[in-house]
Amino acid sequence: MENRAIFSGKLLPYLLILPQLAVSLIFFYWPALQALQQSFLVQDAFGLSTEFVWFENYINLLQTPEYYHAIAVTFVFSALVAFFSLTIGLLLAVMANRNIRGVQIYRTFLIVPYAVAPAVASVLFIFMFQPGLGMIARALQRNGIDWNPVLNGTHAMILVVVVAVWNQISYNFLFFLAGLQAIPRSVIEAAAIDGAKPMRRFWTIIFPLLSPTTFFLIIVNITYVFFNTLGIIDTATGGGPNGATQTLVYKVFQDGKVGTDLGGSAAQSVILMVIVVALTAFQFRYVEKKVHY
Amino acid sequence: MVEHRRFGNLLPHLVLLAGVAIVAFPVYLAVIASTHDNTVIANGQMPLYPGSHAIETYWNTIVSGTGKTTRAPVGGMMLNSLIMALGIAAGKIAISIISAYAIVFFSFRFRMTAFWTIFITLMLPVEVRIFPTYKITSDLHMLDSYAGLILPLIASATATLLFRQFFMTVPKELVEASKIDGAGPIRFFWDTLLPLSVTNIAALFVILFIYGWNQYLWPLLITTRDDMQTIVIGIKKIIDVHDALTEWQVAMATAVLAMLPPVAVVVLMQRLFVKGLIETEK
Repeated sequence: MENRAIFSGKLLPYLLILPQLAVSLIFFYWPALQALQQSFLVQDAFGLSTEFVWFENYINLLQTPEYYHAIAVTFVFSALVAFFSLTIGLLLAVMANRNIRGVQIYRTFLIVPYAVAPAVASVLFIFMFQPGLGMIARALQRNGIDWNPVLNGTHAMILVVVVAVWNQISYNFLFFLAGLQAIPRSVIEAAAIDGAKPMRRFWTIIFPLLSPTTFFLIIVNITYVFFNTLGIIDTATGGGPNGATQTLVYKVFQDGKVGTDLGGSAAQSVILMVIVVALTAFQFRYVEKKVHY
Repeated sequence: MVEHRRFGNLLPHLVLLAGVAIVAFPVYLAVIASTHDNTVIANGQMPLYPGSHAIETYWNTIVSGTGKTTRAPVGGMMLNSLIMALGIAAGKIAISIISAYAIVFFSFRFRMTAFWTIFITLMLPVEVRIFPTYKITSDLHMLDSYAGLILPLIASATATLLFRQFFMTVPKELVEASKIDGAGPIRFFWDTLLPLSVTNIAALFVILFIYGWNQYLWPLLITTRDDMQTIVIGIKKIIDVHDALTEWQVAMATAVLAMLPPVAVVVLMQRLFVKGLIETEK
């Protein structure tokens, strides 16, 4: 990092940096360390005594089938949401990158879901998919599909995926659009002169040039599914039925809320922290690289 | 585009129209539902055009609170959401801009330590360390308070990094000129740096306002009193009542009200919003 070292105040710089350091230490480092410490402890049923147990919480966790189930649910959920929201976002961005009439109006409409809170988006879709009264639920039932996300795990998963995709399209759309606009026109024109048709131009030139954006978005989408969808899951399905929509983060939340197994919940948090740090580090390394070209 | 097409731009129009329809339909349906009587909605017979109960529903939702499902009127929740969103946006910008200023323009002991200490907070969203954070907030007696809603959520480095990035592009000559004019560090900050940062601040403000308004998990945990609830939490409580009793017209009116401020901000501040989004994430 370049040192500009332009002012040489004695006390001032410390005062300037103090508020942020204080907030970070109190509300970030302290709780993170507590989670780490808690994950090595076992508390008795009344919370009267605690015992240091090394990795017992972790070992117990890795022996419960529900944990693996939550991992599988998280994986399926992330993959579906990332795939659909990226594909739809890219398709819309390519179309909105054309010089057509009213394109600004389309763009304005398409960014709206970003502003809608996940939990609120969830409520909008619950209304449409509510068996008996929801417009789409009734249409499905008329066509012989016994739609019921409260009892059917697959239906519940479809519901949360649909909400999350809807919520995430705008974000991917905006980043793909920015990526597309950064591609020099001359490159595309040169390919056109060489006789490449639109589809071919897309797959051989535009798509590869978009790959840094795509890669960045894949990581961001996975992070989004991990954390921001908690509001969706909590309002739409509550993790059910039978854990069918219980992701790793939601499990931490539920286990901690019931509060019977603090150590186990903390161990889950720590594992999650490791996953996020790995994802973020990966992303930074990549973004750093991207700066070079 | 490059060549002339036979069918003009029919395909992009169709695709974009379909996209807009998918995006807008759930919102449209919520608006429509908030204007109908609950009996019509509960039967699944709701028409696709507005009904006549709009004023009644919105009045009940915002001001008086309906007896059955909302314990508190939504007006108060909106005020809480507004305070929280503004507090997060203003607070995060304030602490970030001064710490970035210190890191870029000063040389002092532990400068790199301070930078890395802040930088690492980028890595973990509050969801991962939620219960210990809850415990600490509770130990500090901040449950059911605006400070409790705001402070833990401003502990991250995104804004600091953005300002740092921007400050590094400020030419050295500008600082030197300002020094020759006899300006000290505080004068330079107020008279030169702050005016230069206005667009960045505004863009960041838009993003952070939406982030704050849309928070779910944190307010859900730390608010227990009805009068401290935010609207995003309030809406969940309205639909949590057992099926047959759910007042869907109130739920949908609440959803509309919960969407209104962030959607308005995004639509009106489109350029700033996009700038802020793309800069903060990179």
